[in-house]
Amino acid sequence: MASDVVIGDSEVDRSRRVFLTAATATTGAIGVALAVVPFAASWLPSERARAFGAPVALDLSKLDRGQMVVVIWRKQPVYVVRRTPVMLASLAGHDERLKDATSANSDQPSYAKNTARARKPEYLVLIGVCTHLGCLPKERFQAGLADLGADWPGGFFCPCHGSRFDLSGRVFAGSPASVNLRVPPYAYENAETLVIGIDEPNQKGAA
Amino acid sequence: MAAAAAPSEPEVKSGGVVAWIYKRFPVQEFVSDTLTGYYAPKNFNIWYFFGSLALVVLVLQLATGIFLTMFYKPGAASAFDSVEFIMREVQWGWLIRYLHSSGASIFFIVVYLHMFRAMLYGSYKAPRELLWLIGMVVYFALIAEAFLGYVLPWGNMSFWGAQVIVNLFGTIPVIGPGVVEWIRGDYGIADATLMRFFALHVAAVPLALLLFVMLHLVALRRTGSNNPDGIEIKARVGADGHPLDGIPFHPYYTVKDIVGVGVMLVVLAIVVFFAPSFGGLFLEGANFEPANPLSTPEHIAPVWYFTTYFAILRAVPDQRLSALLMFSAVALFVFLPWLDRSPVKSMRYRGVLSRGALGLFAVSFIALGYLGLQPAEGLYVILARIFAAIYFAFFLLMPWYSRIDKVKPVPDRVTYHGHG
Repeated sequence: MASDVVIGDSEVDRSRRVFLTAATATTGAIGVALAVVPFAASWLPSERARAFGAPVALDLSKLDRGQMVVVIWRKQPVYVVRRTPVMLASLAGHDERLKDATSANSDQPSYAKNTARARKPEYLVLIGVCTHLGCLPKERFQAGLADLGADWPGGFFCPCHGSRFDLSGRVFAGSPASVNLRVPPYAYENAETLVIGIDEPNQKGAA
Repeated sequence: MAAAAAPSEPEVKSGGVVAWIYKRFPVQEFVSDTLTGYYAPKNFNIWYFFGSLALVVLVLQLATGIFLTMFYKPGAASAFDSVEFIMREVQWGWLIRYLHSSGASIFFIVVYLHMFRAMLYGSYKAPRELLWLIGMVVYFALIAEAFLGYVLPWGNMSFWGAQVIVNLFGTIPVIGPGVVEWIRGDYGIADATLMRFFALHVAAVPLALLLFVMLHLVALRRTGSNNPDGIEIKARVGADGHPLDGIPFHPYYTVKDIVGVGVMLVVLAIVVFFAPSFGGLFLEGANFEPANPLSTPEHIAPVWYFTTYFAILRAVPDQRLSALLMFSAVALFVFLPWLDRSPVKSMRYRGVLSRGALGLFAVSFIALGYLGLQPAEGLYVILARIFAAIYFAFFLLMPWYSRIDKVKPVPDRVTYHGHG
């Protein structure tokens, strides 16, 4: 008869049943968590995307004083500006109007954590992506431009939400961006060759 | 329902295809449960059109979306051209695409009105908190769906909109930059980003939407609809076990809703045929240029249904705080059932405080929506800050003003004026 095989309530070892249920559920949960890993990791940059993110070189001999070129590195525009002595002089005297004059909270390699935010003050290397929401700040190098005010020292202006940066990419107070424009890792292969994406000359590529 | 008649075997004629099906599938019970036996309050007004209209738009978006998928080619190299192909060369492709793009805007109009109805008559209050919460999940999924869909044509505004929105996640402390790279799948918005957004837009999010819309209806089936008087009609049941102030959803409200659907389709047709871009509000001019990572459009603004939140984002000059405020502006709706301490549901029986607060909120929601379309400078920023303050005050002060508000006595039966 069927009733012969039914276990009565009194015969159930509850603690054993609770333990087995919990153990099964835990094992299952761990399995699910592990199974999520490959799916989540598939969203990381692919090997191809990583390969295309290799360092890029720039011949500096073609860059004139006061000129800016845009180099694409990892699909981001990198601004390289050869600053004139006048432009370098414009960096002084407005520290109190900057949010992060010493670049303490900003993102740059240690060798660019200075007023010029550069290895060599003459060459400014910046990621040309606004630290607010990723628009491209425009070059507005002339001081005292009518629309930016008489006290504008020259720098970059983001047309999207009006963030202002000086000629070192340092953000002015009152801008929606909180931190200075980022400086990518870069090195000088020789006096004329700038390589973006590595921290030391002859390095294979930054992590 | 406790008072409902005891379930009995449905009466079915023996033999025939219908009987064969009835024996294997509960068609009658399903129809009776959801339509003919579902009693809705008899005093519904015009605000009660928008739920069923949202369902109709959902079906429209699914149908047009499936057909667009047959011609659209995802991928950074082919997406923009394939949309032009749909517009110029696919037979009637322009109509299908305009129905889909206008349908997105109509969807938000209908859903915003549906949500406002709930706020007007206190439909989120007990016992309908879960109904409201599930509805909020639907709303969040709809926001995600609209954003993902906007990226697919791979126009320049698609690209830069994606850039701005994805970078919002970069403001998360510590893990932000890693999360952004993970979402993009590259070092910038790229082919990999477009491909995953396509998969999410056409498969993952629609499935979630359908599931939660169904759960929304299941929850509604349990609590029953609220009504403009905010009275629980189940509290007064007639001899037949049905609410005295209730009428069967079918045929009464199905017929009524068909009229609403007709009006909505006329509006949709006018938009599709005469103003598909709606002056740049439904389709933005900058998106008729292909995506260009090296050229930001002069003026980035989202489509109109996000501009309220966008204005809040731009009103605060700190990127982490502004992103946090924007997300909380969307999320605060979730807490309405617990923020509202009023003893009555409907605004009909609430005092000047609750009514004034809701009115101010509606004004600031629309004003922020306008300001989000304007450049972020001068007076516009100041106004955006003022209206954002009102927006948040509506929610955060609600526990206080809804409690001290003077309410009127609520009648026992719904207000209803019969016709002749």
